[in-house]
Amino acid sequence: MGLLSKKDVKLITDPLADNNPITIQVLGICSALAITAELKASIVMSIAVLFVLGVGNVVISLMRNIIPSKIRIIVQLIVVATLVIIVDLVLKAFAYELSKTLSVFVGLIITNCIIMGRFEAFALANGPWRSFLDGIGNSLGYAVILIIVGFFRELLGSGSLLGIKVLGDPIEKTGVYAFGYENNGFMLLAPMALITVGIIIWVQRSRNEALIEDN
Amino acid sequence: MEHLELFFKAIFIDNMVFATFLGMCSYLAVSKKVSTAVGLGAAVIFVMAITVPLNWLLDTYILKDGALAWLGPEYAAYDLSFLSFIMFIATIATMVQLVEIIVEKFSPALYNSLGIFLPLIAVNCAILGGSLFMQSREIQSLGLAFNYGVSSGIGWFLAILAIAAIREKIRYSNIPAPLRGLGITFIITGLMAIGFMSFGGMLTGGDEEEATEQTVQVEVTKEAIDLANNEKEIIE
Repeated sequence: MGLLSKKDVKLITDPLADNNPITIQVLGICSALAITAELKASIVMSIAVLFVLGVGNVVISLMRNIIPSKIRIIVQLIVVATLVIIVDLVLKAFAYELSKTLSVFVGLIITNCIIMGRFEAFALANGPWRSFLDGIGNSLGYAVILIIVGFFRELLGSGSLLGIKVLGDPIEKTGVYAFGYENNGFMLLAPMALITVGIIIWVQRSRNEALIEDN
Repeated sequence: MEHLELFFKAIFIDNMVFATFLGMCSYLAVSKKVSTAVGLGAAVIFVMAITVPLNWLLDTYILKDGALAWLGPEYAAYDLSFLSFIMFIATIATMVQLVEIIVEKFSPALYNSLGIFLPLIAVNCAILGGSLFMQSREIQSLGLAFNYGVSSGIGWFLAILAIAAIREKIRYSNIPAPLRGLGITFIITGLMAIGFMSFGGMLTGGDEEEATEQTVQVEVTKEAIDLANNEKEIIE
């Protein structure tokens, strides 16, 4: 670990659990809920956010001394919007079907609070290398939650993972379906995403009592 | 009739919070008290009523495929729609700043109640989401775009008002400690979203395309009802 000091490692590992952007800082919920009906969409979304937040944090950090503080929000939005356009065009070129599934949610990365939140809280006050690590750490923390939610929703909702039917065929009654198991179609609907995240928060906070809120 | 349909659809069926999860960050952060929730909700309606029609104009006359035809036939082949993200967010950010300045100048009372929320709004996904949905659902006229902006805003307002009221009451309940605060809010929002799905059957009739969309939603609702009944049976 010659390149990374102890502090730097902490920047990456902290957001994965005890300072998770979704469950603790309550940032970037919208996309975490809307696109997690399939594992594949969650993974692609995580990669998109990783790219935008990593690069964006570096750009903002490099410009932090020349941005007038009054218009910094507009400057930040323009930087994110440019990066998101790149992501959107790449998705349309190489994964057209998937970009249809994600529809407006790629565009909504612009207003994903994780990104603005990290710009404001970190990149404006720190150098490019540390900002880059912070961006990577936070988007990995975001990715962890997205992948957990996507995993359970796809497994319980359609009995498959990444489109592969892991539980057998529901129509020909193979695998677990032979024993009378049924897919819970309700898991694919919007409200169950909220409840799944609620349960993740419950589990996380019962394991770490320090995170419990007052009311 | 068209207007009325869009109005109810945007408020109840395609509710910003419960159907598409937009603006969740501020929805969770600012819903601890009813009074602040009302302030933010009103600001969202206000800003959406301005930005959605503006972005509609931008989309129709500048960004769409062939939208530049009014400049002359040689411009008809341009398709600038890849610029829409940056154009929309720039419009929203500038409008929010402009509204803030105007409100501060002419109505200090309104500024005191809305003022602190306005900067929050530039990064509220509901606002950008409203414009992006307006684009992807191909809303036909400026009037309809204005209607869509206002009614989506009202839908968001309703949602944040309801959750704030519930959270004020729930403070006195005995919730398992790890669920307190964020956890229970998520689960309540989920239950409210299930409730809002029952509005799916509200608009029946209309043209054929509408009708097919309706049946899908009705099926979904039936599923929800069956599930609720099952749960009831289990409890009984």
